[in-house]
Amino acid sequence: MQISIYRFDPDENEAPRMEDVELDLPEGRDLMVLDVLELLKAKDPSIAYRRSCREGVCGSDGINMNGRNGLACITPLSEAAPRGKLTLRPLPGLPVVRDLVVDMSQFYRQYEKITPWLVNDTPPPAQERLQKPRDRDKLNGLYECILCACCTTACPSFWWNPDKFVGPAGLLQAYRFLADSRDTATAERLAALEDPFSVFRCRGIMNCVSVCPKGLNPTRAIGKIRTMLLSQGI
Amino acid sequence: MSRLPRLEFDGVIVGGGGAGMRAALQLAQSGLKTAVLSKVFPTRSHTVSAQGGITCAIGSDDPDDDWRWHMYDTVKGSDYIGDQDAIEYMCSVGPEAVYELEHMGLPFTRTESGRIYQRPFGGQSKDYGKGGQASRTCAAEDRTGHALLHTLYQNNLKAGTTFLNEWFAVDLVVNQDGAVCGLVALEIESGQVVFVKSKATVLATGGAGRIYATTTNALMNTGDGVGMALRAGLPVQDIEMWQFHPTGIHQAGVLVTEGCRGEGGYLVNKDGERFMERYAPTAKDLAGRDVVARSMIQEIMDGRGAGPDSDHVFLKLDHLGEETILKRLPGITELSKTFAHVNPAKDPIPVVPTCHYMMGGVPTNVHGQALSRDSAGDDVVVSGLYAIGEVACVSVHGANRLGGNSLLDLVVFGRAAGIHIEDAMRQGIGHREPADDDVARASARLTRWNASGDGESVADLRRELQRLMLVNFNVFRDGDHMRRSISALAELRQRIANAHLPDKSRVFNTARLEALELDNLLEVAEATAIVAEARTESRGAHARNDYTERDDDNWLCHSLYFAADRSVAKRGVNFSPTTVEPFQPVARSY
Amino acid sequence: MALVTNVGSFGRSGLADFVLQRVSAVVLGLYALCIVGFFATTPDIDHAALVGFLDSLTMKAFTTLALVALAMHAWIGMWTVGTDYVRRHYFGRGHTVYLALYQLVCVGAIFVYVLWPLSVVWTVGGP
Repeated sequence: MQISIYRFDPDENEAPRMEDVELDLPEGRDLMVLDVLELLKAKDPSIAYRRSCREGVCGSDGINMNGRNGLACITPLSEAAPRGKLTLRPLPGLPVVRDLVVDMSQFYRQYEKITPWLVNDTPPPAQERLQKPRDRDKLNGLYECILCACCTTACPSFWWNPDKFVGPAGLLQAYRFLADSRDTATAERLAALEDPFSVFRCRGIMNCVSVCPKGLNPTRAIGKIRTMLLSQGI
Repeated sequence: MSRLPRLEFDGVIVGGGGAGMRAALQLAQSGLKTAVLSKVFPTRSHTVSAQGGITCAIGSDDPDDDWRWHMYDTVKGSDYIGDQDAIEYMCSVGPEAVYELEHMGLPFTRTESGRIYQRPFGGQSKDYGKGGQASRTCAAEDRTGHALLHTLYQNNLKAGTTFLNEWFAVDLVVNQDGAVCGLVALEIESGQVVFVKSKATVLATGGAGRIYATTTNALMNTGDGVGMALRAGLPVQDIEMWQFHPTGIHQAGVLVTEGCRGEGGYLVNKDGERFMERYAPTAKDLAGRDVVARSMIQEIMDGRGAGPDSDHVFLKLDHLGEETILKRLPGITELSKTFAHVNPAKDPIPVVPTCHYMMGGVPTNVHGQALSRDSAGDDVVVSGLYAIGEVACVSVHGANRLGGNSLLDLVVFGRAAGIHIEDAMRQGIGHREPADDDVARASARLTRWNASGDGESVADLRRELQRLMLVNFNVFRDGDHMRRSISALAELRQRIANAHLPDKSRVFNTARLEALELDNLLEVAEATAIVAEARTESRGAHARNDYTERDDDNWLCHSLYFAADRSVAKRGVNFSPTTVEPFQPVARSY
Repeated sequence: MALVTNVGSFGRSGLADFVLQRVSAVVLGLYALCIVGFFATTPDIDHAALVGFLDSLTMKAFTTLALVALAMHAWIGMWTVGTDYVRRHYFGRGHTVYLALYQLVCVGAIFVYVLWPLSVVWTVGGP
């Protein structure tokens, strides 16, 4: 199989380049892209990428495969490269550290901005705080985010304003806490999102929805934040 | 060697999984200068893959539930070599630790009354085994580990914990008094090597499932903490005890939670027969994991395995109905479709027992303090060192862990270690000063790999080691095979010492990490092999073809392994809980 | 320089911008309907007919409202476009100067597009 992979090592003092590799794949199995990377790495140990759980839960191996962001470990070759040639690049929109490894600090900073923890100032009861199943159901589709950054780095609004627009992943989590019946900081959370950039730079492009490896819908969550802001502002 | 740059903290926690972050939270909340040093961003830690839940007698499903029943189940599950003081502590403190998680925001699934949803898991009973199956595992759908890990990370952000993310721990720095003064670590992004000095060093590095060729464990579960402890001259305990999870997806090795069977799924052989009814008439598919795994292998060996190679059985879920499956097991649906190309609402999932959990590890007391032995053979606390979570052997799991007890172990003992360190700091523990040589010793293997000129490749050696372990230290073990493996591992040790790291670059060099991890895999594998061969009985997860019975006269004890002379010693099991009568060993049946 | 980069959008908040953008769009839509209606229902359109159409206080007020809406709508939109694309990444260290220039051109154009028609509308026909 023909593979083209993005190579960059800052110490080599050279511009990034695409390296073409020919790789023999085992017959009869639809490998995941991560399997291909592991085979490549056995041949050339200098190829750098992140990986860990290899089952789509830890969110380490978000990369760009044939132009589309996704998790290498749960993307079969047949889906990533239906026409045979596989092109692997780092996630777009973040600085490249080396090869397929990007510097995610900007992404994490945006996550930290939204107060990503439950706020409840009332003294906790001796047991758990009660929550009705229908209230708990509101967190479905939100809490499952694995912070892989596939969505945020596919978002043009984040490319343009990575320091000001929170991005789909951060906003999904912002709404996860807004939607939690146990959280008491709704007003403060909304106030922190009211500026022209944090939420309102979302243009509904929906790249986030189309690439999310967990099938989540950040655009819908952003819409709900807007609605909450509106109903609070009126 | 020039002096390394230094960082100083009150407490350094090596590993950002559930145990590490729970300990870090305790320390950071008390205002201590705390750092979590992790080779991955914390939410990528393997706790994230835990699915089914956290077992704890909170009395939601059954208001009469009692932590003593949970304790009984855990002692029985451990095949009686779990320390009863530690199990007592875990089961009794558990509810408090779980409520804390809920207060932090963990999105547990709820019952109609708004309490935390609990599901049945293997080995659970009411009334000391006499009251039938219990439902004691608190769940957030089938993503409990993910929910728990993210909640802990979030609360650490709130508490202001310092995160040294993507730093690799090379080795512990031990001074001439045997005290741990911190560790040498490698910042992965820059390649810089740093001496991280701390008053308390906490190993929370997780398991080492990657010594096996197939495992439910993440690629990074390479036993780094065990390797570090052994190289520092410290013993490991019960390291021969490896849990094989009954339901790993055939070939992929990906975990399918025991919660599937808790929700009513069951195993069938190629004839569609629910074979667990023969092996465990009462608990059936919810017997202990060791029992179920052995039964599955027995079915396969007796020719009733499915598939062209008759090498797996099926987990049947379709009778639960699509609605239950989607509501209670959405993650499993996703994983089966991706890795087995099967929709569990329609077809059974092909499964096979797969390496899942290391019951052994660094021996500790209930405060998480690492233990070693003095020359008289008595336990001594290793000053400055703690171990928690899977890398530790406190020991609450003994020879076989019950499902859902791992997450509980993490939070209970992470918290306990945090509390103990907090107290110790208040009493004024200072930094211990290492000599330059002590620091140099802890960076020796880094120096060795960096100087390697020619030799075999890391990937080849690792593959060989993993195959060897998979074949010879599986669900059933055989004395001759184990003895041959021990020689093979000794030979592998020589070859690894002469292996080659071709890429010596500085920035984000993952080849160097894999080389350093290989050292650790070898330490764990060799310890496993030597102790497994030495334990001449079958107990819990350790089942031998040549010693098929449990031998309480000789082996109702922990094993201790020292790497320096490759020796195996015995250590007594604690039978002295403080508030209940001890549970005496009896024949274990489900 | 910070002053230039932080030049406000229109309202003080993203929420206000969001609302203004949509309210002004509605006004412009209604006004467009009104114009289309006039063209559709008037058989012979000449200068006199146009003057006649605009020469009432209601129509003058409506036109003024539409022009103010146009100004707001255009400014919020153009400001947003500017803060998306006139970035350091493309324009280097001096990008704030370019951004200021761009905003100046936008403001100038909006002034012309609003003041000129306003002066026309309020000088046609009678006082």
